[in-house]
Amino acid sequence: MIDIKNLVKQFGPFTAVDNISFTVGKGEVLGFLGPNGAGKSTTMKMVCGFLAPTAGSIAVCGHDVDAEPLAAKRCIGYLPEGAPAYADMTGRGFLDFIADVRGLSGRDRQWRLDKVVDQVNIKDVLDQPIDTLSKGYKRRVGLAQAILHDPPVLVLDEPTDGLDPNQKHEVRGLIQTMARDKAIIISTHILEEVEAVCSRAIVIARGRIVAEGRPDSGPSGSGSWRIGDIIAEPGRLDAAFRQVTQAAAPARAA
Amino acid sequence: MSSLFSVTRRELSGYFATPVAYVFIVVFLFTAGIFTFYLGQFFERGQADLKAFFLFHPWLYLFFLPAIAMRLWAEERKSGTIELLLTLPIPLWAAVLGKFLAAWIFAGIALALTFPMWLTVNWLGSPDNGVIAAGYIGSFLMAGAYLAVGSCLSATTKNQVIAFVISVLVCFVFTVAGAPMVLSFFQGWAPGLIVDTIASFSFLSHFNAITEGVIDLRDIVFFLSLMAVALYATAVIVDFRKAG
Repeated sequence: MIDIKNLVKQFGPFTAVDNISFTVGKGEVLGFLGPNGAGKSTTMKMVCGFLAPTAGSIAVCGHDVDAEPLAAKRCIGYLPEGAPAYADMTGRGFLDFIADVRGLSGRDRQWRLDKVVDQVNIKDVLDQPIDTLSKGYKRRVGLAQAILHDPPVLVLDEPTDGLDPNQKHEVRGLIQTMARDKAIIISTHILEEVEAVCSRAIVIARGRIVAEGRPDSGPSGSGSWRIGDIIAEPGRLDAAFRQVTQAAAPARAA
Repeated sequence: MSSLFSVTRRELSGYFATPVAYVFIVVFLFTAGIFTFYLGQFFERGQADLKAFFLFHPWLYLFFLPAIAMRLWAEERKSGTIELLLTLPIPLWAAVLGKFLAAWIFAGIALALTFPMWLTVNWLGSPDNGVIAAGYIGSFLMAGAYLAVGSCLSATTKNQVIAFVISVLVCFVFTVAGAPMVLSFFQGWAPGLIVDTIASFSFLSHFNAITEGVIDLRDIVFFLSLMAVALYATAVIVDFRKAG
Protein backbone atom coordinates (compact mmCIF):
# COMPACT_ATOMS: atom_id res chain seq x y z
CA MET A 1 0.00 0.00 0.00
CA ILE A 2 3.04 2.22 0.31
CA ASP A 3 5.31 2.07 -2.67
CA ILE A 4 8.49 4.12 -2.63
CA LYS A 5 10.82 4.18 -5.58
CA ASN A 6 14.27 5.74 -5.76
CA LEU A 7 13.44 8.47 -3.32
CA VAL A 8 15.93 11.32 -3.04
CA LYS A 9 15.76 14.46 -0.93
CA GLN A 10 18.40 17.13 -1.03
CA PHE A 11 18.58 20.23 1.12
CA GLY A 12 20.98 22.41 -0.81
CA PRO A 13 24.20 20.42 -1.12
CA PHE A 14 23.18 18.03 1.67
CA THR A 15 21.57 14.76 0.66
CA ALA A 16 19.22 13.73 3.46
CA VAL A 17 17.66 10.79 1.67
CA ASP A 18 19.68 9.03 -0.96
CA ASN A 19 17.88 6.71 -3.32
CA ILE A 20 15.62 4.75 -1.02
CA SER A 21 13.12 2.22 -2.33
CA PHE A 22 10.79 -0.04 -0.38
CA THR A 23 7.20 -1.16 -0.18
CA VAL A 24 4.91 -1.80 2.74
CA GLY A 25 1.91 -4.06 2.25
CA LYS A 26 -1.31 -4.55 4.13
CA GLY A 27 -0.79 -6.29 7.46
CA GLU A 28 2.82 -5.23 7.68
CA VAL A 29 4.41 -3.11 10.37
CA LEU A 30 7.65 -1.72 9.07
CA GLY A 31 10.16 -0.57 11.64
CA PHE A 32 12.21 2.32 10.37
CA LEU A 33 15.49 2.32 12.23
CA GLY A 34 18.53 4.47 12.10
CA PRO A 35 20.69 6.88 14.05
CA ASN A 36 19.45 10.42 14.55
CA GLY A 37 19.78 12.42 11.36
CA ALA A 38 19.75 9.33 9.19
CA GLY A 39 16.78 10.57 7.18
CA LYS A 40 13.93 8.71 8.89
CA SER A 41 11.76 11.74 9.57
CA THR A 42 12.56 13.29 6.20
CA THR A 43 11.38 10.14 4.46
CA MET A 44 8.19 10.07 6.51
CA LYS A 45 7.53 13.74 5.76
CA MET A 46 7.76 12.97 2.08
CA VAL A 47 5.46 9.96 2.34
CA CYS A 48 2.88 12.17 4.02
CA GLY A 49 3.19 14.91 1.44
CA PHE A 50 4.74 17.56 3.66
CA LEU A 51 8.04 17.74 1.83
CA ALA A 52 8.38 17.32 -1.91
CA PRO A 53 10.99 14.77 -2.98
CA THR A 54 13.91 15.95 -5.07
CA ALA A 55 13.56 12.80 -7.15
CA GLY A 56 11.73 9.51 -7.06
CA SER A 57 8.12 8.64 -6.50
CA ILE A 58 5.82 7.69 -3.66
CA ALA A 59 2.45 6.04 -4.06
CA VAL A 60 0.07 5.55 -1.15
CA CYS A 61 -2.95 3.30 -1.75
CA GLY A 62 -2.29 3.70 -5.45
CA HIS A 63 -2.30 7.50 -5.30
CA ASP A 64 0.85 9.28 -6.30
CA VAL A 65 1.66 11.70 -3.49
CA ASP A 66 2.88 14.34 -5.91
CA ALA A 67 0.07 14.07 -8.48
CA GLU A 68 -2.89 13.43 -6.17
CA PRO A 69 -1.81 14.79 -2.81
CA LEU A 70 -5.29 15.06 -1.30
CA ALA A 71 -6.32 11.52 -2.20
CA ALA A 72 -3.06 10.20 -0.76
CA LYS A 73 -3.41 12.30 2.40
CA ARG A 74 -6.92 10.97 2.96
CA CYS A 75 -5.49 7.44 3.16
CA ILE A 76 -2.82 8.35 5.67
CA GLY A 77 -2.85 8.87 9.39
CA TYR A 78 0.31 10.67 10.38
CA LEU A 79 1.88 11.31 13.73
CA PRO A 80 4.67 13.85 13.12
CA GLU A 81 7.79 13.81 15.23
CA GLY A 82 7.13 15.37 18.62
CA ALA A 83 3.34 14.99 18.18
CA PRO A 84 2.59 18.66 17.47
CA ALA A 85 -0.90 19.83 18.38
CA TYR A 86 -2.60 23.18 18.78
CA ALA A 87 -1.52 23.97 22.32
CA ASP A 88 -4.36 26.28 23.30
CA MET A 89 -7.09 23.89 22.23
CA THR A 90 -8.51 21.16 24.42
CA GLY A 91 -8.10 17.57 23.35
CA ARG A 92 -11.79 17.50 22.50
CA GLY A 93 -11.63 20.66 20.41
CA PHE A 94 -8.55 19.40 18.63
CA LEU A 95 -10.07 16.03 17.75
CA ASP A 96 -13.27 17.79 16.65
CA PHE A 97 -11.22 19.87 14.24
CA ILE A 98 -9.51 16.77 12.87
CA ALA A 99 -12.88 15.05 12.49
CA ASP A 100 -14.16 18.09 10.56
CA VAL A 101 -11.21 18.09 8.23
CA ARG A 102 -11.40 14.34 7.77
CA GLY A 103 -15.02 14.74 6.78
CA LEU A 104 -16.45 12.57 9.53
CA SER A 105 -20.06 13.31 10.35
CA GLY A 106 -23.14 12.03 12.09
CA ARG A 107 -23.17 8.85 14.08
CA ASP A 108 -19.99 7.55 12.53
CA ARG A 109 -18.13 10.62 13.76
CA GLN A 110 -19.25 10.20 17.34
CA TRP A 111 -18.50 6.50 17.22
CA ARG A 112 -14.98 7.09 15.91
CA LEU A 113 -14.31 9.85 18.44
CA ASP A 114 -15.46 7.68 21.34
CA LYS A 115 -13.50 4.76 20.04
CA VAL A 116 -10.12 6.49 19.66
CA VAL A 117 -10.49 8.31 22.98
CA ASP A 118 -10.99 4.92 24.52
CA GLN A 119 -8.18 3.31 22.50
CA VAL A 120 -5.52 5.78 23.54
CA ASN A 121 -7.03 6.31 26.96
CA ILE A 122 -7.31 10.11 27.13
CA LYS A 123 -10.87 10.41 28.44
CA ASP A 124 -9.77 12.04 31.71
CA VAL A 125 -7.89 14.89 30.07
CA LEU A 126 -10.14 15.57 27.10
CA ASP A 127 -11.27 18.97 28.35
CA GLN A 128 -7.87 20.28 29.36
CA PRO A 129 -5.89 22.57 27.08
CA ILE A 130 -3.28 20.47 25.32
CA ASP A 131 -0.35 22.57 26.57
CA THR A 132 -1.21 21.62 30.16
CA LEU A 133 -0.91 17.91 29.42
CA SER A 134 2.05 15.73 30.27
CA LYS A 135 4.29 14.51 27.48
CA GLY A 136 2.69 11.09 27.54
CA TYR A 137 -0.82 12.47 27.17
CA LYS A 138 0.25 14.84 24.40
CA ARG A 139 1.72 11.94 22.51
CA ARG A 140 -1.50 9.99 22.92
CA VAL A 141 -3.61 12.92 21.71
CA GLY A 142 -1.36 13.00 18.66
CA LEU A 143 -1.88 9.30 18.15
CA ALA A 144 -5.64 9.71 18.49
CA GLN A 145 -5.53 12.35 15.77
CA ALA A 146 -3.63 10.00 13.48
CA ILE A 147 -5.98 7.04 13.81
CA LEU A 148 -9.25 8.98 14.04
CA HIS A 149 -10.40 8.29 10.50
CA ASP A 150 -9.27 4.65 10.61
CA PRO A 151 -6.80 5.13 7.76
CA PRO A 152 -5.46 2.20 5.73
CA VAL A 153 -1.95 3.61 6.07
CA LEU A 154 -0.36 4.79 9.30
CA VAL A 155 2.90 6.68 9.52
CA LEU A 156 4.07 7.12 13.09
CA ASP A 157 7.24 9.03 13.83
CA GLU A 158 8.49 7.84 17.21
CA PRO A 159 5.06 6.97 18.58
CA THR A 160 6.27 5.89 22.01
CA ASP A 161 8.84 8.61 22.63
CA GLY A 162 8.27 10.11 26.07
CA LEU A 163 5.89 7.45 27.29
CA ASP A 164 6.43 5.47 30.47
CA PRO A 165 6.84 1.68 30.21
CA ASN A 166 3.16 0.98 30.84
CA GLN A 167 2.06 3.49 28.22
CA LYS A 168 4.59 2.10 25.77
CA HIS A 169 3.14 -1.31 26.31
CA GLU A 170 -0.39 0.00 25.68
CA VAL A 171 0.58 1.84 22.51
CA ARG A 172 2.40 -1.20 21.17
CA GLY A 173 -0.64 -3.31 21.91
CA LEU A 174 -2.73 -0.77 20.03
CA ILE A 175 -0.41 -0.85 17.02
CA GLN A 176 -0.55 -4.63 17.00
CA THR A 177 -4.32 -4.73 17.03
CA MET A 178 -4.45 -2.27 14.15
CA ALA A 179 -1.73 -4.01 12.19
CA ARG A 180 -3.90 -6.71 10.71
CA ASP A 181 -5.64 -4.59 8.09
CA LYS A 182 -3.30 -1.63 7.75
CA ALA A 183 0.10 -0.81 6.40
CA ILE A 184 2.09 0.82 9.17
CA ILE A 185 5.49 2.51 9.24
CA ILE A 186 6.95 3.40 12.61
CA SER A 187 10.26 5.06 13.17
CA THR A 188 12.02 4.41 16.38
CA HIS A 189 15.38 4.01 17.94
CA ILE A 190 14.10 1.74 20.65
CA LEU A 191 15.03 -1.69 19.43
CA GLU A 192 12.83 -3.66 21.77
CA GLU A 193 9.97 -1.94 20.02
CA VAL A 194 10.99 -3.50 16.75
CA GLU A 195 10.91 -6.93 18.34
CA ALA A 196 7.60 -6.16 19.98
CA VAL A 197 5.55 -4.84 17.06
CA CYS A 198 7.31 -4.92 13.72
CA SER A 199 7.03 -7.59 11.11
CA ARG A 200 9.97 -6.18 9.20
CA ALA A 201 12.64 -3.53 9.68
CA ILE A 202 14.74 -1.27 7.54
CA VAL A 203 17.92 0.24 8.90
CA ILE A 204 18.96 3.48 7.29
CA ALA A 205 22.09 5.50 7.86
CA ARG A 206 23.14 8.67 6.09
CA GLY A 207 20.08 8.51 3.90
CA ARG A 208 20.65 5.03 2.56
CA ILE A 209 19.21 1.67 3.40
CA VAL A 210 22.08 -0.24 4.98
CA ALA A 211 20.23 -3.36 6.04
CA GLU A 212 16.88 -5.03 6.06
CA GLY A 213 15.77 -7.10 8.96
CA ARG A 214 13.03 -9.60 9.65
CA PRO A 215 12.30 -12.20 12.27
CA ASP A 216 14.48 -15.17 11.56
CA SER A 217 12.30 -18.05 10.53
CA GLY A 218 15.24 -20.40 10.02
CA PRO A 219 15.94 -23.42 12.19
CA SER A 220 17.63 -21.33 14.86
CA GLY A 221 14.79 -18.82 14.85
CA SER A 222 12.65 -18.43 17.87
CA GLY A 223 12.30 -14.71 18.38
CA SER A 224 15.65 -13.91 16.89
CA TRP A 225 16.05 -11.38 14.08
CA ARG A 226 18.13 -11.39 11.01
CA ILE A 227 19.48 -7.93 10.24
CA GLY A 228 21.50 -7.89 7.07
CA ASP A 229 23.88 -10.79 7.47
CA ILE A 230 23.75 -10.70 11.21
CA ILE A 231 21.53 -12.89 13.30
CA ALA A 232 20.52 -11.20 16.52
CA GLU A 233 19.27 -13.20 19.46
CA PRO A 234 16.15 -11.91 21.21
CA GLY A 235 16.96 -8.77 23.13
CA ARG A 236 20.31 -8.41 21.37
CA LEU A 237 19.24 -6.21 18.48
CA ASP A 238 21.30 -3.33 19.82
CA ALA A 239 24.57 -4.93 18.94
CA ALA A 240 23.41 -5.78 15.44
CA PHE A 241 22.08 -2.25 14.97
CA ARG A 242 25.40 -0.74 16.00
CA GLN A 243 27.26 -3.05 13.72
CA VAL A 244 25.27 -2.21 10.58
CA THR A 245 25.04 1.53 11.20
CA GLN A 246 28.66 1.95 12.17
CA ALA A 247 29.79 -0.06 9.21
CA ALA A 248 28.22 2.71 7.14
CA ALA A 249 29.89 5.47 9.14
CA PRO A 250 33.47 5.45 7.77
CA ALA A 251 32.14 6.47 4.38
CA ARG A 252 31.12 9.77 5.98
CA ALA A 253 34.74 10.75 6.49
CA ALA A 254 35.60 9.92 2.91
CA MET B 1 -14.80 24.02 0.71
CA SER B 2 -15.72 22.43 4.02
CA SER B 3 -12.07 22.17 4.93
CA LEU B 4 -11.80 25.92 4.35
CA PHE B 5 -14.44 26.57 6.99
CA SER B 6 -12.92 24.00 9.34
CA VAL B 7 -9.64 25.90 9.20
CA THR B 8 -11.41 29.24 9.70
CA ARG B 9 -13.41 27.94 12.63
CA ARG B 10 -10.37 26.48 14.33
CA GLU B 11 -8.32 29.59 13.80
CA LEU B 12 -11.08 31.86 15.06
CA SER B 13 -11.62 29.73 18.16
CA GLY B 14 -7.84 29.98 18.61
CA TYR B 15 -8.18 33.76 18.90
CA PHE B 16 -10.80 33.48 21.58
CA ALA B 17 -9.17 30.59 23.44
CA THR B 18 -7.24 33.03 25.60
CA PRO B 19 -8.25 36.36 27.16
CA VAL B 20 -5.86 38.09 24.78
CA ALA B 21 -8.61 38.48 22.19
CA TYR B 22 -10.88 40.31 24.61
CA VAL B 23 -8.10 42.52 25.89
CA PHE B 24 -7.21 43.28 22.29
CA ILE B 25 -10.75 44.29 21.40
CA VAL B 26 -11.10 46.49 24.48
CA VAL B 27 -7.82 48.25 23.79
CA PHE B 28 -8.76 48.70 20.16
CA LEU B 29 -12.13 50.25 21.01
CA PHE B 30 -10.58 52.45 23.66
CA THR B 31 -7.86 53.70 21.33
CA ALA B 32 -10.35 54.28 18.53
CA GLY B 33 -12.37 56.37 20.99
CA ILE B 34 -9.42 58.44 22.12
CA PHE B 35 -8.37 59.16 18.56
CA THR B 36 -11.87 60.17 17.58
CA PHE B 37 -12.71 62.38 20.51
CA TYR B 38 -9.35 63.94 21.34
CA LEU B 39 -7.25 63.95 18.20
CA GLY B 40 -10.22 64.04 15.87
CA GLN B 41 -12.08 66.63 17.95
CA PHE B 42 -15.35 64.91 17.34
CA PHE B 43 -17.40 67.38 19.42
CA GLU B 44 -15.52 70.53 18.49
CA ARG B 45 -16.15 69.90 14.83
CA GLY B 46 -19.85 70.22 15.53
CA GLN B 47 -20.79 68.02 12.61
CA ALA B 48 -22.88 64.89 12.68
CA ASP B 49 -20.58 62.55 10.79
CA LEU B 50 -17.89 59.99 11.53
CA LYS B 51 -15.04 61.61 9.60
CA ALA B 52 -13.08 62.09 12.79
CA PHE B 53 -13.55 58.41 13.53
CA PHE B 54 -12.56 56.97 10.17
CA LEU B 55 -9.70 59.42 9.70
CA PHE B 56 -7.54 57.47 12.14
CA HIS B 57 -8.38 53.96 11.05
CA PRO B 58 -5.32 53.47 8.82
CA TRP B 59 -3.08 54.47 11.72
CA LEU B 60 -4.90 52.28 14.19
CA TYR B 61 -4.78 49.33 11.83
CA LEU B 62 -1.11 49.88 11.21
CA PHE B 63 -0.39 48.59 14.71
CA PHE B 64 -3.41 46.52 15.63
CA LEU B 65 -3.78 44.35 12.56
CA PRO B 66 -0.19 43.12 12.30
CA ALA B 67 -0.73 41.99 15.89
CA ILE B 68 -3.67 39.88 14.74
CA ALA B 69 -1.93 38.54 11.67
CA MET B 70 1.48 37.82 13.18
CA ARG B 71 0.49 34.49 14.66
CA LEU B 72 -1.20 33.07 11.57
CA TRP B 73 1.79 31.18 10.20
CA ALA B 74 4.67 32.02 12.53
CA GLU B 75 2.95 30.14 15.33
CA GLU B 76 2.27 27.07 13.19
CA ARG B 77 5.87 27.02 12.17
CA LYS B 78 7.18 27.44 15.69
CA SER B 79 4.99 24.77 17.29
CA GLY B 80 5.42 22.33 14.41
CA THR B 81 1.67 22.15 13.77
CA ILE B 82 2.33 23.33 10.23
CA GLU B 83 3.42 19.76 9.55
CA LEU B 84 0.13 18.49 10.87
CA LEU B 85 -1.95 21.06 9.02
CA LEU B 86 -0.28 20.48 5.68
CA THR B 87 -0.48 16.70 5.86
CA LEU B 88 -4.21 16.79 6.48
CA PRO B 89 -6.32 16.55 3.33
CA ILE B 90 -6.62 20.32 3.03
CA PRO B 91 -5.62 22.10 -0.18
CA LEU B 92 -2.95 24.72 0.46
CA TRP B 93 -5.19 27.53 -0.78
CA ALA B 94 -7.88 26.51 1.73
CA ALA B 95 -5.39 26.61 4.60
CA VAL B 96 -4.11 30.04 3.55
CA LEU B 97 -7.52 31.52 2.86
CA GLY B 98 -9.11 29.87 5.88
CA LYS B 99 -6.61 31.35 8.27
CA PHE B 100 -6.83 34.75 6.65
CA LEU B 101 -10.63 34.73 6.86
CA ALA B 102 -10.45 33.98 10.57
CA ALA B 103 -8.23 37.01 11.10
CA TRP B 104 -10.50 39.14 8.93
CA ILE B 105 -13.60 38.05 10.81
CA PHE B 106 -11.86 38.84 14.07
CA ALA B 107 -11.00 42.32 12.80
CA GLY B 108 -14.58 42.62 11.59
CA ILE B 109 -15.88 41.86 15.07
CA ALA B 110 -13.64 44.53 16.57
CA LEU B 111 -14.80 47.01 13.92
CA ALA B 112 -18.46 46.12 14.40
CA LEU B 113 -18.14 46.76 18.12
CA THR B 114 -17.52 50.44 17.37
CA PHE B 115 -21.26 50.69 16.58
CA PRO B 116 -21.97 52.93 19.63
CA MET B 117 -20.11 55.60 17.68
CA TRP B 118 -22.63 55.31 14.89
CA LEU B 119 -25.50 55.39 17.36
CA THR B 120 -24.01 58.46 19.01
CA VAL B 121 -23.91 60.58 15.86
CA ASN B 122 -27.44 59.54 15.05
CA TRP B 123 -28.52 60.58 18.50
CA LEU B 124 -26.69 63.91 18.29
CA GLY B 125 -27.80 64.85 14.83
CA SER B 126 -28.87 63.42 11.53
CA PRO B 127 -25.78 62.23 9.68
CA ASP B 128 -25.68 60.78 6.20
CA ASN B 129 -25.84 57.12 7.09
CA GLY B 130 -24.94 56.10 3.57
CA VAL B 131 -21.58 57.81 3.93
CA ILE B 132 -21.04 56.12 7.26
CA ALA B 133 -21.92 52.70 5.85
CA ALA B 134 -19.45 53.31 3.03
CA GLY B 135 -16.86 54.21 5.64
CA TYR B 136 -17.39 50.92 7.43
CA ILE B 137 -17.18 48.94 4.21
CA GLY B 138 -14.00 50.77 3.20
CA SER B 139 -12.53 50.28 6.63
CA PHE B 140 -13.28 46.57 6.57
CA LEU B 141 -11.75 46.18 3.11
CA MET B 142 -8.67 48.07 4.17
CA ALA B 143 -8.39 45.84 7.25
CA GLY B 144 -8.38 42.84 4.92
CA ALA B 145 -5.52 44.34 2.95
CA TYR B 146 -3.45 44.95 6.09
CA LEU B 147 -4.15 41.42 7.30
CA ALA B 148 -3.26 39.80 3.99
CA VAL B 149 0.08 41.61 4.02
CA GLY B 150 0.53 40.53 7.65
CA SER B 151 -0.33 36.93 6.79
CA CYS B 152 2.26 36.92 4.03
CA LEU B 153 4.99 38.23 6.31
CA SER B 154 3.97 35.88 9.11
CA ALA B 155 4.73 33.02 6.75
CA THR B 156 8.33 34.14 6.41
CA THR B 157 9.37 33.54 10.00
CA LYS B 158 8.95 31.39 13.09
CA ASN B 159 9.09 34.40 15.32
CA GLN B 160 5.89 36.32 15.89
CA VAL B 161 7.68 39.43 17.09
CA ILE B 162 9.70 39.61 13.90
CA ALA B 163 6.53 39.00 11.89
CA PHE B 164 4.89 41.91 13.73
CA VAL B 165 7.72 44.35 13.26
CA ILE B 166 8.18 43.63 9.56
CA SER B 167 4.44 43.81 8.97
CA VAL B 168 4.22 47.19 10.65
CA LEU B 169 7.07 48.44 8.47
CA VAL B 170 5.60 47.17 5.22
CA CYS B 171 2.10 48.34 6.13
CA PHE B 172 3.56 51.72 7.02
CA VAL B 173 4.98 52.01 3.52
CA PHE B 174 1.60 51.12 2.03
CA THR B 175 -0.15 53.56 4.31
CA VAL B 176 1.99 56.64 3.82
CA ALA B 177 2.56 56.18 0.11
CA GLY B 178 -0.29 58.61 -0.49
CA ALA B 179 0.37 61.03 2.35
CA PRO B 180 0.99 64.61 1.17
CA MET B 181 4.48 64.78 2.68
CA VAL B 182 5.61 61.67 0.82
CA LEU B 183 4.08 62.76 -2.44
CA SER B 184 5.50 66.27 -2.22
CA PHE B 185 8.91 64.74 -1.66
CA PHE B 186 8.60 62.96 -5.00
CA GLN B 187 6.72 65.72 -6.78
CA GLY B 188 9.79 67.94 -6.84
CA TRP B 189 11.72 65.78 -9.28
CA ALA B 190 9.91 62.60 -10.28
CA PRO B 191 7.70 62.46 -13.34
CA GLY B 192 3.99 62.63 -12.72
CA LEU B 193 3.50 59.03 -13.71
CA ILE B 194 5.71 57.78 -10.90
CA VAL B 195 4.07 60.04 -8.35
CA ASP B 196 0.67 58.76 -9.45
CA THR B 197 1.83 55.16 -9.26
CA ILE B 198 3.13 55.65 -5.75
CA ALA B 199 -0.07 57.35 -4.72
CA SER B 200 -2.15 54.62 -6.29
CA PHE B 201 -0.61 52.03 -3.97
CA SER B 202 -1.58 53.99 -0.92
CA PHE B 203 -4.15 52.60 1.45
CA LEU B 204 -4.81 56.14 2.58
CA SER B 205 -5.93 57.56 -0.73
CA HIS B 206 -8.16 54.59 -1.57
CA PHE B 207 -9.64 54.55 1.89
CA ASN B 208 -10.21 58.30 2.00
CA ALA B 209 -11.99 58.12 -1.32
CA ILE B 210 -14.40 55.56 0.10
CA THR B 211 -15.02 57.46 3.33
CA GLU B 212 -16.12 60.45 1.30
CA GLY B 213 -19.09 58.26 0.55
CA VAL B 214 -18.09 57.49 -2.99
CA ILE B 215 -17.71 53.77 -3.40
CA ASP B 216 -15.68 53.65 -6.55
CA LEU B 217 -15.18 50.23 -8.07
CA ARG B 218 -11.49 51.01 -8.54
CA ASP B 219 -10.92 51.40 -4.81
CA ILE B 220 -12.68 48.15 -4.05
CA VAL B 221 -10.77 46.35 -6.77
CA PHE B 222 -7.54 47.80 -5.37
CA PHE B 223 -8.09 46.34 -1.92
CA LEU B 224 -9.41 43.01 -3.16
CA SER B 225 -6.60 42.51 -5.64
CA LEU B 226 -4.02 43.49 -3.05
CA MET B 227 -5.47 40.81 -0.76
CA ALA B 228 -5.41 38.25 -3.57
CA VAL B 229 -1.79 39.01 -4.40
CA ALA B 230 -0.69 38.93 -0.76
CA LEU B 231 -2.51 35.65 -0.10
CA TYR B 232 -1.08 34.09 -3.21
CA ALA B 233 2.36 35.17 -2.00
CA THR B 234 1.54 33.63 1.38
CA ALA B 235 0.79 30.29 -0.26
CA VAL B 236 4.00 30.41 -2.26
CA ILE B 237 6.06 31.24 0.82
CA VAL B 238 4.40 28.57 2.96
CA ASP B 239 4.97 25.98 0.27
CA PHE B 240 8.55 27.03 -0.31
CA ARG B 241 9.60 27.36 3.31
CA LYS B 242 7.90 24.33 4.81
CA ALA B 243 11.11 22.63 5.71
CA GLY B 244 12.67 25.55 7.55
